[in-house]
Amino acid sequence: MENERKDLYDWMMNLDRRWVYLVIGVVVVVTAIVPFRVPMYITPEVRSVYDFIESLEPGDVLMIGVDYAPEVMAELHPMNYAITRQCFKKDVRLLLCCLHQNGPGMVEQVIAQVSEEFNKVNGEDYVYLGYKPYPGITILAMGQNFRIPFPEDYYGTPLDSLPMMRNMTNFDDVKAIINISGGSGTEYWINYANGRYNAKLGIGVTGVMTSDYYPFLQSGQIFGLIGGMKGAAEYEDLAEKAGYISREKDQLSAFKSMPIQTTTHIVVILFIVLGNIGYFMSKKRK
Amino acid sequence: MGTHDIIFNGIAAFLTISIYTFLYKDNPFYKFAEHLVVGVSAGYFAVILYYNGFIPKLIEPLKQGQFWYIFPGILGIMIWTRFSRKWSWISRFSLAFYIGSGAGIAIPLYIQNFVIRQLSATMLPVGFSSWQLFTNILIIIGVFCGLTYFYFSKEHKGAFGVSAKVGIWTLMVGFGAGFGLTVMGRVSLLAERVVFIRDYLNDLFKYLS
Repeated sequence: MENERKDLYDWMMNLDRRWVYLVIGVVVVVTAIVPFRVPMYITPEVRSVYDFIESLEPGDVLMIGVDYAPEVMAELHPMNYAITRQCFKKDVRLLLCCLHQNGPGMVEQVIAQVSEEFNKVNGEDYVYLGYKPYPGITILAMGQNFRIPFPEDYYGTPLDSLPMMRNMTNFDDVKAIINISGGSGTEYWINYANGRYNAKLGIGVTGVMTSDYYPFLQSGQIFGLIGGMKGAAEYEDLAEKAGYISREKDQLSAFKSMPIQTTTHIVVILFIVLGNIGYFMSKKRK
Repeated sequence: MGTHDIIFNGIAAFLTISIYTFLYKDNPFYKFAEHLVVGVSAGYFAVILYYNGFIPKLIEPLKQGQFWYIFPGILGIMIWTRFSRKWSWISRFSLAFYIGSGAGIAIPLYIQNFVIRQLSATMLPVGFSSWQLFTNILIIIGVFCGLTYFYFSKEHKGAFGVSAKVGIWTLMVGFGAGFGLTVMGRVSLLAERVVFIRDYLNDLFKYLS
């Protein structure tokens, strides 16, 4: 009996990780097939980004720095879609740029789809500056004049010939910058755009990065933070309730994934509890 | 969904499943998908960099007669000498220039924005009259005790030891939050892929029927 218990505790502590993967896999697939609605609590840091964009007037310009690649689009694409739809619905104009080498297609995908939905015209309602390497240098140059790093937009049109850019020089001419980033790009925006040029900055980052950026929220260097898929789902929820996006028509991919998040987290917690019970019980026996 | 989408989304679904087979053990499907990702990413990056960096920042200015652009161009070419053991020392000039200018630009702002402003954000009003003032106390205690943990010139004993102990607990809470968010991030990627495959299979059955 004693040996059997010892074996059980050993098994609990040294469970083959493939069993964990299998259980999570089954739970994820079952939740994907039989989804349910997850109640959404809106955090103040997500709300402050949403409320700021809500406070913008038609014709105002918001800059979105998109610094992510396809590997993190699960978390960041939904917030990009939701913010772009909110802005276009409110007739806020967008200035977009990309400082991640594998990211230009991300911006292109979102802006092409959403501009078509809202009948927005390139050059008048939005301008996509494109990609330039070396984010720090590019942000510093944009702080002087957008035309230094980007004399032409992504599609090869000189900036001066775009109606939206005629009275725009640098960060002083945008109401705020929202940086959506899957890597170190956010540090450059904080350091150079906010730190050097005092630009108002809000960020959307992956779940892994979120805890790193809370100190900047507390210090006031950023005014809002959308963290990971949960943050994106909160944003989608706010935008949906305001009628900017629709559950039936739009993708709402963060919202759709939240049931899977919830069930998987429960499984992970159960496995952690299981391992800890095994650890403490075997320690007690010794 | 048209035939085009069915085919390409089918390839995406196949590659997704190939990657996840690694969870059981390494296999040729995983290897193929992994190498494809690395190759496509590197190729995409090379083309993007060529058209967004090399052409507009070197070739076009030179064509317009701005010949001083040849100097950064030469510095760039010198980097490539790293591939030769004999000549790799030449690349150090380019690296020295790059690191020197980069450090010159970054360090003052970095200290200002990542050290000074963070320090000043810790100098907060405190009190028990409101929740905000109470959480300010927690921030100050956490920062102070965290710093004492990293002070190694005095043995962690007595009151100093207690402070260091509180510091390590504060750090553990931070690491725990980081771990939790990391789990959330990784699960998000899995969730999105599973939803993608589910939607693809739905579309596939509709297309076939």
